[in-house]
Amino acid sequence: MGVNGKDSLIHPSIDKVVVIEGTHAASHAVKLARVQVIAAYPITPQTGVVEKLSEIVSHGDLNAKFIKVESEHSAMASCIGASISGARAFTATSSQGLALMHELLHWAAGSRLPIVMVNVNRALAPPWSIYVDHNDSLSQRDTGWLQFYAESNQEVLDTVLQAYKIAEAVSLPVMINLDAFVLSHTSEPVAIPKQELVDEFLPPWKAEFKVDPANPHAFGALVGPDAYMEMRYKLFEAMEDAREVIRNVDSEYSEKFGRSYGGLVEEYYADDAEVVLITSATAVSTARIAVDEMRSLGFPVGLAKLRTFRPFPVDEIRSLAQRVSKIGVMDRNISFGATGIIYQETKAALYNAPVRPKLFGFIAGLGGRDVTPETIKEMYSHIMNNDTPESETIWVGLKQSQKS
Amino acid sequence: MIEIRMHGRGGQGGVIAAKILASAIFKEGRFAQSFPSFGVERRGAPVLAFTRIDDKPVRLRTAIYEPDHIIVLDATLIKSTNVFSGLKSGGTILINTSAQIGLFDFPEEYHAAAVDASGIAVKHNLGTKSIPIVNTSILGAFAKFTGVVGIDAVVEAIREGVPIMQEENAAAAMEAYESVETQVVQKVSANS
Repeated sequence: MGVNGKDSLIHPSIDKVVVIEGTHAASHAVKLARVQVIAAYPITPQTGVVEKLSEIVSHGDLNAKFIKVESEHSAMASCIGASISGARAFTATSSQGLALMHELLHWAAGSRLPIVMVNVNRALAPPWSIYVDHNDSLSQRDTGWLQFYAESNQEVLDTVLQAYKIAEAVSLPVMINLDAFVLSHTSEPVAIPKQELVDEFLPPWKAEFKVDPANPHAFGALVGPDAYMEMRYKLFEAMEDAREVIRNVDSEYSEKFGRSYGGLVEEYYADDAEVVLITSATAVSTARIAVDEMRSLGFPVGLAKLRTFRPFPVDEIRSLAQRVSKIGVMDRNISFGATGIIYQETKAALYNAPVRPKLFGFIAGLGGRDVTPETIKEMYSHIMNNDTPESETIWVGLKQSQKS
Repeated sequence: MIEIRMHGRGGQGGVIAAKILASAIFKEGRFAQSFPSFGVERRGAPVLAFTRIDDKPVRLRTAIYEPDHIIVLDATLIKSTNVFSGLKSGGTILINTSAQIGLFDFPEEYHAAAVDASGIAVKHNLGTKSIPIVNTSILGAFAKFTGVVGIDAVVEAIREGVPIMQEENAAAAMEAYESVETQVVQKVSANS
């Protein structure tokens, strides 16, 4: 059972197990991936990722160029430059920093560069917040980046390693998201795999095209209407291909390192469930406890952990829809003028599906509002007690007497 | 599941203490998770830090509302904040103070102990006299007082977990471990 099993910390692939915070799990993975260029600008709560990496590089434990930049926009620009020259590149950011990077996120994906970025999910201002929600990364939905959401520090490390393999296979950048503080500043045991096994899993990247004085190419040229659309189609295809690549890389990772995350979606007690809740990131971890407790009382509830948001796991959700009568979606985000974003995507995935269960969309945990097992149970109770949702957004844990 | 909450001030090392405790527990073959109060830390400002302990991997990722144990790194916090908030009945309170534990006015269903972690830290040159770094001393006292963790694992985790003066920190923990015992006072409710 992946990272949640006690035996996951005993495996021949493990070099050592250390108690570290989520940001440092990312740093360790970057070291193991033998990243060649790191460019980043510090922002709470991402700072630990970069602090640890600067330490690793200055100690000579990773042979990488560490570029200090004056903004997140420049950080991504540096990664793009590095990646165009054929180097494995990394950056990390959060919230406002990711928003500032937005223009260059399109550039990285359009240039088909396998850059990997860790984003610590933090609510956008105003009002100022340093606490978790997912609007920062979900606002980057259409930039062409793959998006993963991690449930534990171990999954952060493992997903960064998987991400380079996936990114380099499909020539697209990958964003790994982890919840502010709930993972970024939380210390827990993390298995660090042996370097030689990571090297086998992730050999050096050989760029097909790169900046090379001996073999000149032009990058970023103007493309007219005769070719732009085809290049967009190629990007669309690459993202479609990524689904199978993600599943295969997860399987290969599991064989080598003994930990698997189910590809795009991991189900938990969903097989014989009547009601399933779809959610992502650390809320999944806490929701597992709610499911265990409700199962022990005889309630047929289950969970679907959305590990990727892009590509969106349409097939997995359609498969789920064939087996359950009601699905709830917990969104730690809100699209103003619409609903929770994953709820919208889930509805869209099911519109042309042969079976369409009733869908309930919950908004919870914005700006770091705690998501407890009770929060999750309230959602299950609501679904079980209602045939159809009373509204398109059901706000849970809101401090007001009238919920919309 | 055992849940611990530490009350300190920025600079005393409470967040590191919670993490060292988690490492010590893991060394003993159990699972642990530690985290600071999610927020902005400033020197001197009240800071909370938490540790969760279980026999299986800790999946609960919420704040701690009803701790089993409370550690107070700065006794002045008892006046300015509600350090006992949510403490389970029968829970323990460990206070860093040179004063007699009986002088503190706390709810009576708890077990309390005092240790002069500041004095021990100063003696071992940890921090300054005005701002001693008490985190490792208090962990030694916590090991003795609660038995939640063994002193050997605490000392090993301190040696690995503090960036400098490993031996001084280890010695401070050992001294606090030895000195807390005589100061344990169990207040018994007048009504019971």
